Amino acid sequence: MSVTARQADQPGSASAAAMPQPAARIAIRNLDFFYGSNQALKHITLDLPERQVTGMIGPSGCGKSTLLRVLNRMYDLYPGQRAAGEVLMDGENILDADVDINRLRSRIGMVFQKPTPFPMSVYDNIAFGVKLHERLSKSDMDERVEWSLARAALWGEVKDRLSGPAMGLSGGQQQRLCIARTIAVRPEVILLDEPTSALDPISTLKVEELIDELKRDFTIAVVTHNMQQAARCADRVAFFYLGEMVEVGDAVQMFTAPKQRRTQEYITGRFG
Amino acid sequence: MSDMPMATAGTPRPAHDRDANVAVRLGRRRRRIDRVLAGFCWLAMLIALAALASILVTLVWNGLGGMRLSVLTEVTKPPGSHGGLLNAIVGSLMQSAIGTLIGTPIGLLVGTYLSEYAAGSALGNAVRFVSDVLLSAPSILIGLFIYVLVVEPSGGFSGIAGCLALAVLVIPIVVRTTEDMLRLIPTSLREAAMALGAPKWKTIVFVCYRAARDGIVTGILLAIARVAGETAPLLFTSLGNLNWSLDLTKPMSSLPVTIYQYAGSAFEDWVQLAWVGALLITAGVLALNILARSALRRRT
Repeated sequence: MSVTARQADQPGSASAAAMPQPAARIAIRNLDFFYGSNQALKHITLDLPERQVTGMIGPSGCGKSTLLRVLNRMYDLYPGQRAAGEVLMDGENILDADVDINRLRSRIGMVFQKPTPFPMSVYDNIAFGVKLHERLSKSDMDERVEWSLARAALWGEVKDRLSGPAMGLSGGQQQRLCIARTIAVRPEVILLDEPTSALDPISTLKVEELIDELKRDFTIAVVTHNMQQAARCADRVAFFYLGEMVEVGDAVQMFTAPKQRRTQEYITGRFG
Repeated sequence: MSDMPMATAGTPRPAHDRDANVAVRLGRRRRRIDRVLAGFCWLAMLIALAALASILVTLVWNGLGGMRLSVLTEVTKPPGSHGGLLNAIVGSLMQSAIGTLIGTPIGLLVGTYLSEYAAGSALGNAVRFVSDVLLSAPSILIGLFIYVLVVEPSGGFSGIAGCLALAVLVIPIVVRTTEDMLRLIPTSLREAAMALGAPKWKTIVFVCYRAARDGIVTGILLAIARVAGETAPLLFTSLGNLNWSLDLTKPMSSLPVTIYQYAGSAFEDWVQLAWVGALLITAGVLALNILARSALRRRT
């Protein structure tokens, strides 16, 4: 690739956005993010296309998890963390100070790296989130719990122990419970922050199959350290390095013919 | 040494091979030190246990002798007329219970404030410091504090003043354990709840309190155990009452104060009742601990 061609493909340029793809569910525009005075994200511009899986890869500390935490305003919990720029959802900038954060988080759910079951029953783990946003009758709630557990491919394994403690489930089951808990709220977007890094290979496979299945209804962003996982799960892949988004593109293209040298070096394991 | 992995092939060989005798000598030395230190640990444990056992045995030995039904059915009477401790027992139960009921919610809320809302704030640090000072303040000072604040203005000793003094003792204990237990909860659990759209207070009440429940309850139990045996703060507040009284606005009897008065008296049957009272408090606190712990274990 020539130098000029590479320069023409700088992050945020028109070529990535011009590729044929569904409408963006979330449009990130010129996003900067700071931990105190330390800038962790630099001028990120990225679309999360409707009902697609966007994979985010890059070495540790490159800002990919930070980006997820911006999208549901998780950073708001910590004074000294600050975002600038725009994250548009239905034309509204979700970074605006007057956004109802709890409602935003019901629309943009998040699953974390380590399973985080609440210290209550399997049933209550699901019902907790639903009750925050809806008033349901007992039978409607039962239905919602079953629906979300079934969508998370967990119903068969826990249907006889719904009143048992969620802490008693295996690690893989706990993570699928966390996914069930998130989709029970019926969000539009699901953010997954290295959802399988604490799981064994079989549980990982189940979660990956689940991601594939969930994208029919949800727009998904998944941060992963596992290149194979990104290749298996994602429709589009964005590569981050030192707080910048180096390149974004169709997953197949990213792994077979990346445009940027740094992307090429990272996915072939030369650094990171 | 010959089959070292490839990676170390470039490093120079040590000047001489390991001396097997040195290793054996070092091993022997380590085992010797290990035995000596383990011996010290056992000794320390025995000294501590011996003190405890000596107290318990003396208490049971002297207390059981005077334990008869009249202790639980009769009120305190003049020496020689076979009185009991009913008014002291009921007074202690009432004052400890009300004191705990007043002090626990305040302690819980302050502990929650320190752990969840005051991270790094100057006010939080000041509150934590004051609470810790209160925790180690001599309890007679708490009695004097309530004496000045409640007893003097209200014109006399009263049960409610005793309750308040005990509540002041409960607060710092509950504050400390609540804060410590809430701080043990990983941030990831809080974030998980908030990521579902839970406001902070719901996260604290429905997720954090649940996760920290056992530790917080243990703290409350510790507080009850502490105030159930307190004498000094009651001397200046509820004073004691030789007659039967459930009126919180009047002086009220309590086991520790009765023990204090009886144990120092010249009458043999009063001294005997003091032993019985001491045994009752100990047994009561122990029973409460065991009950609460087994109840917690069954629920989880």
